[in-house]
Amino acid sequence: MDTHETIPLIVEFTGGLEMLFSDQRKHTLQVPAKDDKGNAVTVGWLVHHLCEEVMKDTRKELFVLDGHVRPGILVLINDADWELEGEASYVLQPRDNVLFVSTLHGG
Amino acid sequence: MESANASAEALRKQIVCTEAELARLKLQLAQVEAGASAQETDGLSIDEQSASPVTKKWPLLPEEYKRYGRQMIVPSIGIQGQLKLKESKVLIIGAGGLGCPAAAYIAGAGVGTLGLVDGDEVEISNLHRQILHTSAKVGTKKVDSAISFLKSLNPHVNYVPHPSHLTPQNAEEIVLNYDLVLDCTDTPSSRYLISDICILLQKPLISASALRTDGQLIVLNSPPLPAGDPAGGPCYRCVFPKPPPAESVVSCGDGGIIGAVVGVMGVLQAVETIKLIVQGKLKAFADPNEVRDGKTNPASMLLFSANSSQPFRNVRLRTRRAGCFACGKDSGLSLEGLKSGNLDYVLFCGLASSVDVLNPEERISASDFRDLKNKGLLVDVREKVQFDICSLEGSINVPFSTIQGKTFGEADVGWIPQDLPEDAPIYVVCRLGNDSQVVTRRLKEGGFGHGEKRYIGDIKGGLKAWKEQVDASWPEY
Ligand SMILES: [Zn+2]
Repeated sequence: MDTHETIPLIVEFTGGLEMLFSDQRKHTLQVPAKDDKGNAVTVGWLVHHLCEEVMKDTRKELFVLDGHVRPGILVLINDADWELEGEASYVLQPRDNVLFVSTLHGG
Repeated sequence: MESANASAEALRKQIVCTEAELARLKLQLAQVEAGASAQETDGLSIDEQSASPVTKKWPLLPEEYKRYGRQMIVPSIGIQGQLKLKESKVLIIGAGGLGCPAAAYIAGAGVGTLGLVDGDEVEISNLHRQILHTSAKVGTKKVDSAISFLKSLNPHVNYVPHPSHLTPQNAEEIVLNYDLVLDCTDTPSSRYLISDICILLQKPLISASALRTDGQLIVLNSPPLPAGDPAGGPCYRCVFPKPPPAESVVSCGDGGIIGAVVGVMGVLQAVETIKLIVQGKLKAFADPNEVRDGKTNPASMLLFSANSSQPFRNVRLRTRRAGCFACGKDSGLSLEGLKSGNLDYVLFCGLASSVDVLNPEERISASDFRDLKNKGLLVDVREKVQFDICSLEGSINVPFSTIQGKTFGEADVGWIPQDLPEDAPIYVVCRLGNDSQVVTRRLKEGGFGHGEKRYIGDIKGGLKAWKEQVDASWPEY
């Protein structure tokens, strides 16, 4: 089995989160299909990967807090709340769309 | 005493309104019965037995047929929909960027009663988006300003002003007699409070928010079933069980807002309001004997991003959370508890800690700074868009967002001129004097003071203080 196998993903940010990711709403990524331990990568893995590898902004706490996506951010996998898909343990599939939405409060 | 008078007044208004509604319903019933026994009169001929004028035969005033005609001939509204609108009582909480456009369309559509809750007064900075208020109304109560506009728009609606903020103490009294609530407020604490009272009183809730170029819309507690019923629509706490850290919450005043963007969201709230009313979804079940099929009702969220290639996007959210604090079966909410202050919403959502990291000798007043002979390097840490609007002569711009959370290694301070003498002072300034303190402290910790050689400090109170103490012509945005 090819250990360098990758899967294509689209990751999007909205509600101001894009400002933490080089002011770019839509990111097309190729991520490894397996993590260090050889397990299929999950959304939980992706969150860590985004924080470590993709996010240039140093304000990590605005995205991840205590090891979890910060309260006030919704994670949507193919336009459905990740809570409907197993949350962080959801195994990423090729061409999945993962959208991070920071809730707004202004009115 | 004043509040007792106010609630007596509100009750009187409500009685008048309810009596009018009862009279109209009786009339409708009489018409239906008359129609069933004498269909040949086809509703066009004058009932010769009755001395009442012709207009009494019709549920709407002649002027109302003309006024609402264009929407009544839309098949999904019809005369039945129009009558439902006329019977409905809608509460809008917040008469700002969302509440103004929502109120205009909801009043225009002909609801029976429209209540507005807001304790604020109109400010000039509101006018680019809060379209019910005019320049002449600056300084007046927002609810009064809004209602005077709405009355001239549509005098057939019963408008009820609630000129105070919603609190755990007044929430029940204010919300109780309405059918539906719109959350048009602007802070997390009010959003949790509104959601909680809507669960307790079983009201559907249409919630929207906006910032910069983005907006979000979500219909909550629809259908509005009692806490513990999994078929009810999720509440705000189901979707956001934990409030965001206060530091991550950005207001329109700090982050900015495009008037038309928040306007879009308010108008969408009006659309959802009209849909729920016309579709008969104000109560969970129109017919209590309706068969329940065990179906749950997930919410969805509409996202609007003005600058995105796909400006509108609808995402599927969850159903009610079984363990939800508000709408779960072991709900911790009660009307008594709310009123007695068991829940501190402001504490729950937290307050962004006020910045106070510098000692007095590390700060300089705006007027003392003006009088300095050697001003050294003046660093303005506002975002670039703000710096572009106005800046102090000789200042350089290093946006806070580009240095926040960074340790000051040499690489990060390329903006300090190479030829700046080691004893030349550095002054830091921002809009209000908060971020400037953080940057000052970090520069000192980074060793840029060269021992005690260089003074590093901030301008106390920021550019706001500069306007107050030095330059009254300074643009305040
Ligand atoms: Zn809930």
